[in-house]
Amino acid sequence: MTATTAPLRLFTFAAPSRFYALIGALVPWCWAATVLLTLAGLYVGFFVAPTDATQGEAYRIIFIHVPAAWMSMLLYVVMAAWAGIGWAFNARLASMLARAIAPTGAMFTFLALWTGSFWGKPAWGTWWVWDARLTTELLLLFLYFGYIALVNAIDDVRRADQAGALLALVGSVNVPVIYFSVKWWNTLHQGATISMTAAPKMAATMLTAMLLLTLAFWAYAFAVIFTRTRAVVIEREAHTAWVGELTQGKSGS
Amino acid sequence: MNWHSTNEFFAMGGYGLYVWGSYAAAAALMLLEPWLAQRRHRQALQDAASAHRSES
Repeated sequence: MTATTAPLRLFTFAAPSRFYALIGALVPWCWAATVLLTLAGLYVGFFVAPTDATQGEAYRIIFIHVPAAWMSMLLYVVMAAWAGIGWAFNARLASMLARAIAPTGAMFTFLALWTGSFWGKPAWGTWWVWDARLTTELLLLFLYFGYIALVNAIDDVRRADQAGALLALVGSVNVPVIYFSVKWWNTLHQGATISMTAAPKMAATMLTAMLLLTLAFWAYAFAVIFTRTRAVVIEREAHTAWVGELTQGKSGS
Repeated sequence: MNWHSTNEFFAMGGYGLYVWGSYAAAAALMLLEPWLAQRRHRQALQDAASAHRSES
């Protein structure tokens, strides 16, 4: 579908065909940002940030662990929001976007748990403990899997979207619980080092590396989720005229 | 400079298994995932193309 010459309206990109074209143009930029931010973050994290006084070099896992954990929570909320919008306004594209987000959210949740475990072993002497932070993050992983399984299990696409939206929205209660778990319960996992109200309790160079990789993971999430959204759009809109024109003469590219 | 040799860098003060185990998992997942997404997109385009061909 070629870009129209009509003026942009608020819901211009709610049309799958237009959104498809838009995100197709954005994906390469997201990848470029991902690569640059990752290189910058890794450089600062390994060559600028000093050794930690207590944990030695093991702390460098933080540069993956915290960004992954933040993305796992952010993506769940975003997924639930789009699913909710799709349900409330019968907006197909919003539901498609929610489905595209889920696997990436699950990936980051798994990565947060894996890196956390690999950090826990040298720091605490154990790969796992059933404290509030770890348990609620594991629950988040199950919620992602549950959402993916549910939407794929129901044949009627609209009903599947609606059921998924309900699960996603109800499950979003877990996200603030994860966040406040270290405050509400006595956990092995350390408390918040970064808050909205106080200065961060970590060295500036360490914080810089962590923030650079957070942005890198965010750019990555856009790139992958947009790619997957393009797949979902084609799958769902396969029988439309615009997809017919798009795929004419293409056997797949 | 934090590291006085490449050996030091890979050893990570004795924590090499944990640090590199974490970074390796991240790299593996973040290379696999985009590849799978791209593959899904390509497959969707192929399926749509053949669906349209069989209709016309």
